[in-house]
Amino acid sequence: MGKIEIPIGPQHPALKEPENFRVILEGEKIVGINLRLGYNHRGIEKACEERTYMQDIYLIERVCGICSHSHSTCFIQAVEEIARVEVPRRAIYIRTLVGELERIHSHLLWLGVAAHEIGFDTLFMYSWRDREKVMDILADISGNRVNYGINTYGGVKRDITKEQLQKILKTIDMLEERTKYYIQVTREELSIIKRLSNVGKLSKAEAIEFNAVGPVARASGVDIDTRRDDPYAAYDEVSFKVITDNHADVYGRTLVRIGELMESYSIIRQVIENMPEGPISVKVPRKIPEGEALSRYEAPRGEDVHYVKSNGSDKPERVKLRAPTLANIKVMLKMIENYNLADLPIIVAAIDPCFSCTDRMILIENQDTRSSEVMDWKSLRQYSINWYKKRGIKF
Amino acid sequence: MAREEEMGQELIKNFDFLDEKIRVPRERRIFIDVSVDKFEEILEFLKNKIYFNMLCTITGLDDGNTLGIIYHLANKEGIVINIKIRVPKDKPKIKTVIEYFPSAEFYERELVDLFGIEVEGLPEGTRYPLPDDWPDGQYPLRKDWKPDVLKKESE
Repeated sequence: MGKIEIPIGPQHPALKEPENFRVILEGEKIVGINLRLGYNHRGIEKACEERTYMQDIYLIERVCGICSHSHSTCFIQAVEEIARVEVPRRAIYIRTLVGELERIHSHLLWLGVAAHEIGFDTLFMYSWRDREKVMDILADISGNRVNYGINTYGGVKRDITKEQLQKILKTIDMLEERTKYYIQVTREELSIIKRLSNVGKLSKAEAIEFNAVGPVARASGVDIDTRRDDPYAAYDEVSFKVITDNHADVYGRTLVRIGELMESYSIIRQVIENMPEGPISVKVPRKIPEGEALSRYEAPRGEDVHYVKSNGSDKPERVKLRAPTLANIKVMLKMIENYNLADLPIIVAAIDPCFSCTDRMILIENQDTRSSEVMDWKSLRQYSINWYKKRGIKF
Repeated sequence: MAREEEMGQELIKNFDFLDEKIRVPRERRIFIDVSVDKFEEILEFLKNKIYFNMLCTITGLDDGNTLGIIYHLANKEGIVINIKIRVPKDKPKIKTVIEYFPSAEFYERELVDLFGIEVEGLPEGTRYPLPDDWPDGQYPLRKDWKPDVLKKESE
């Protein structure tokens, strides 16, 4: 049979982010694949060098909308290491708490996306409904649904009240019940098992050879987790299991992520129970002494790696970011080979890709649209009602 | 930091020229400076003899007259060895490490696009991460590069 090359993307209805696949097919079977990335390259690393450390926190928090806290914590840890800052215990606990809440929202988001890719939209709606509960907590403690802005050099910006902690515990109880149900669904629901098993296989040897990270590696039986292996924040003071699985396929990746949700609930309970009292930040000088540091952070998608080099001024000399998706690209291409074209969306989704993070790094500013206006919820709602009314849609 | 010191000693035992070139700034972090001609030997030793088999990433650096390249290798215990090599800025050329770490491909393509470092042995393929119509000879992460170049190009 002749070979056909099919271009998918960078703009394509089935893709959530801009990327380009050139898939070579023999019938339905994928026999070769080429990937072009970089459509989201925003020059963030260069931009960091031209801004002060304080501005860089805001910039780095916007590398990704899902794991914003992961990137900012990873970066701040490197800078704090160079400046030899002793971060207060309470701040470390708050960082850990937000980090785990972020993992819950990211994994629930993933579960929804994966369910949608296999046409199981009921599960997609269930898990996204539950995810809203975590988003509410995050909005409650930080004021934002994404880009929480919790971190600052030497600690965190906002304290958490006892009432907020109680509220989190109650929500966690409810989410734990829901997650138990998802575990039951993924273990028993035949349509999920049959659709996800033996799809996107990645052997343990391949996962190690290609340096896979995060849930992708763990679902192939590779027992790695930065939270345990290279502990940061409060992870050396809480106990948790590193979830691994030997299915080595998309089904295994699902089980690992759902299992990690249960561990996150347990970590959050421990963090809240042992949350120390005291200050939430210490003052860090504007200029950071000369030095270099490498920081690692287990983001929901896998390991974030940040390298920071300082030159004694208030701007970094070099900031290098590596998001987990870039580490998993090679294994993803490996996983797709020899499967059907119809398997491509779920295999790609199963690494929980975030090409925005990966590309991270040209600034175009439109001088005409720099004016800004703040709208409150009421006026925003009124604006949308008027918008529809003008177009003849009744309310 | 006993474990890290031990590893440093073991490296010096095998490669005596590394004496004084190893820094351990904190637990689980080791920094090494090596010359380009000794780099592959050490990389091979780290990966196959003492099992640093995870390549976290490769960082490019503009150090003025030279370009620095740091390979960040991790092992299962969470220890990271950062090996730095330097190449002259007017003729930056290194050899690919994909035979040791297949995952290095994208990191090396970044060095090519962003620093203008020639990577010998890197297979043909699409560039990453800059666009196909990016002007030749513009390497954004070099210190003398300013974004104004792009404005002039588009005018």
